[in-house]
Amino acid sequence: MSTQVTFRIWRGEKGAGQLRDYTTEISSGMVVLDAVHRIQATQANDLACRWNCKAGKCGSCSAEVNGKPRLMCMTRMSDLPADKPITIEPLRAFPHLRDLVTDVSWNYDVKKKIRKYQPRKPDNPDGTWSMEQDDIDRVQEFRKCIECYLCQDVCHVLREHGLHPDFIGPRFLVYSAALEMHPADTADRLPDLKNDLGIGYCNITKCCTKVCPESIAITDNAIIPLKERVVDRYYDPIKRIFRAITGSGGD
Amino acid sequence: MSTIHVPVTRNGFGRTSRPDAWWVVPLLTFLGLGAFVVYVTWAAFQGVHYRFGPYLSPLYSPEIFGDPRTAWFGGKPDWFPSFLPFTPALLVLWAPGGFRFSCYYYRGAYYKAFWADPPSCAVGEPRKSYCGEASFPLILQNIHRYFLVVALIFLPILWHDVWEGFWFDTGFGVRAGSLILLVNTILLTGYSLGCHTLRHQIGGILDQLSRRPIRKQGYRMASCFNRSHMLWAWTSLFSVAFSDLYVRLCSMGIWTDWRIF
Repeated sequence: MSTQVTFRIWRGEKGAGQLRDYTTEISSGMVVLDAVHRIQATQANDLACRWNCKAGKCGSCSAEVNGKPRLMCMTRMSDLPADKPITIEPLRAFPHLRDLVTDVSWNYDVKKKIRKYQPRKPDNPDGTWSMEQDDIDRVQEFRKCIECYLCQDVCHVLREHGLHPDFIGPRFLVYSAALEMHPADTADRLPDLKNDLGIGYCNITKCCTKVCPESIAITDNAIIPLKERVVDRYYDPIKRIFRAITGSGGD
Repeated sequence: MSTIHVPVTRNGFGRTSRPDAWWVVPLLTFLGLGAFVVYVTWAAFQGVHYRFGPYLSPLYSPEIFGDPRTAWFGGKPDWFPSFLPFTPALLVLWAPGGFRFSCYYYRGAYYKAFWADPPSCAVGEPRKSYCGEASFPLILQNIHRYFLVVALIFLPILWHDVWEGFWFDTGFGVRAGSLILLVNTILLTGYSLGCHTLRHQIGGILDQLSRRPIRKQGYRMASCFNRSHMLWAWTSLFSVAFSDLYVRLCSMGIWTDWRIF
C-alpha cells in the first residue's frame, strides 16, 4: 500500500536557504533516505545529500529528521507520522555546504589532537601481548562507533554554545575512553582531557546516548568514567594525599 | 584545539524542529523533583510524628539527637546554636540530599528541567554563555564521591530500621508499614549500589580488571544496578517521601497501619 507524504527539505548553500516542500509516494518498508532518493530522482535532481552504505554502518547520511539527529537510512517511514510534513535538515553543529550536506572535517582535525595508542612492552617473546577477554570487552563497545557525528550534532555544548575550540564532543570522548581504558595502553590522556579537550564542559544530559545509532552507552560507559578518572587525579584531595604518601595511583 | 572555524546558528529559547511534545519529560522532572523538595523540606522542619510504633521515618534516620527516649545520644544538645531550628531530620538530611543533588543522573535531569541547559535534546536554550562543570560553581559537583561514602554508611542503619519495623509490642509481625519501609530500603540500596562513582571506585578505575577477581565481581554488580540507575533514582525518591508520609499519617491517627500477620 502506498501513501502520499510531504517532505520539508532544507535547500540552500552555506547556511542560507529555506525549507521547500516535496510530496512523494511512500510504500511499505521505505526509509527516509529512500524518500529523499525518490525526490532527487523525480523532482529535485540537484538535491545534495551524502550517503553510501544504506545499512547504518558508514555514518554518511546523518541529518535532522523532524528535528532529531538521525541516520536517514535507519529511519523507517512507518515510525514517522505520515499525516504531517516531515522536516529534513542538515546537521546544525557543523558548517553548512549545500542542501543536506555539511562539512564535518572539524572532527577529523580534533581526532588528530588525541594522544595515540601507546602499548606497553610486548608480554611475550614473539612480540605479542596477552589480554583477558573481560578487559577488552569494555572498550569493544566503543569500537562500534561509525563516526556518524549525530552525538556531536545533538550535544548542546557544540550545537548551541559553539565551544568547538574548547570541547571535543561526545564522539571523541568515546574515542579517548577506548584508548584510555585499553588494557595494554600506557599513554596518559587525563591532563589533556581536563585542560585542552574540555571534558568538564559535558553536563551529562545524555542526548548523545539517545541519538547513537549503535546504542553505545556514551554517557554512562565513556564520559562519566573519564570524568571520574579526572576527579581522581585533580579534584579528590584524599587521593592526592594518598598518592603523595605512597607514590601510587591511589586505586 | 582545531584551526577550523565552525560558525554556530543559535536557535533561540525553545526553538526546535521537533514536532513531538519534547517539553513533557522536563516538565514532569520539574514537578517531580520540585514536589519532593517541597515536601521533604516541610517534613524535615516538623520535628514531630516521625515515629509510629517501631517505625522511624527514613527522613529522620538515624535519629542522632531528638527524642531523649529513642535518639542515639538523647535530646537536643546544649551546644546546638539556639538561633538555628532543630529537628533530628535537619541533622542528617544534608547527606542523602547532597548525594542526590550531586548524582550524575539527577544532574543531567535538573540541568534540563530547572535550568533549561538544554531544555531538551536539540531544543534552543535561553542563555548564550556556558561553563558546564568545568568551573565554579558546578565544578563542586565532584564532591559526589564523599557524599557516596556517607550514603553507604546510612544503608546499614536503614536496614536496621527495617528490622526494627517487624518487631511490635506483641512480638514479630508484618504490617503494611513494615513492608513499606522494607521496599523503601531495597530501592535506596539499589540506587546507592548503582552509583556511577561507586562503579568507578570498585573497578572502573582499573584497565586490567581481570587481575582483581573480587573487584571484577563488584564492578559487574555495580554495572548491573547502574544500567537502571534512573529507575532506581525515581522509585527510591518517591518511596522515601511516601514512607515518611505513611509514618506521619499513622502517627497522626489519620491512617491505620494494616496488620498482615
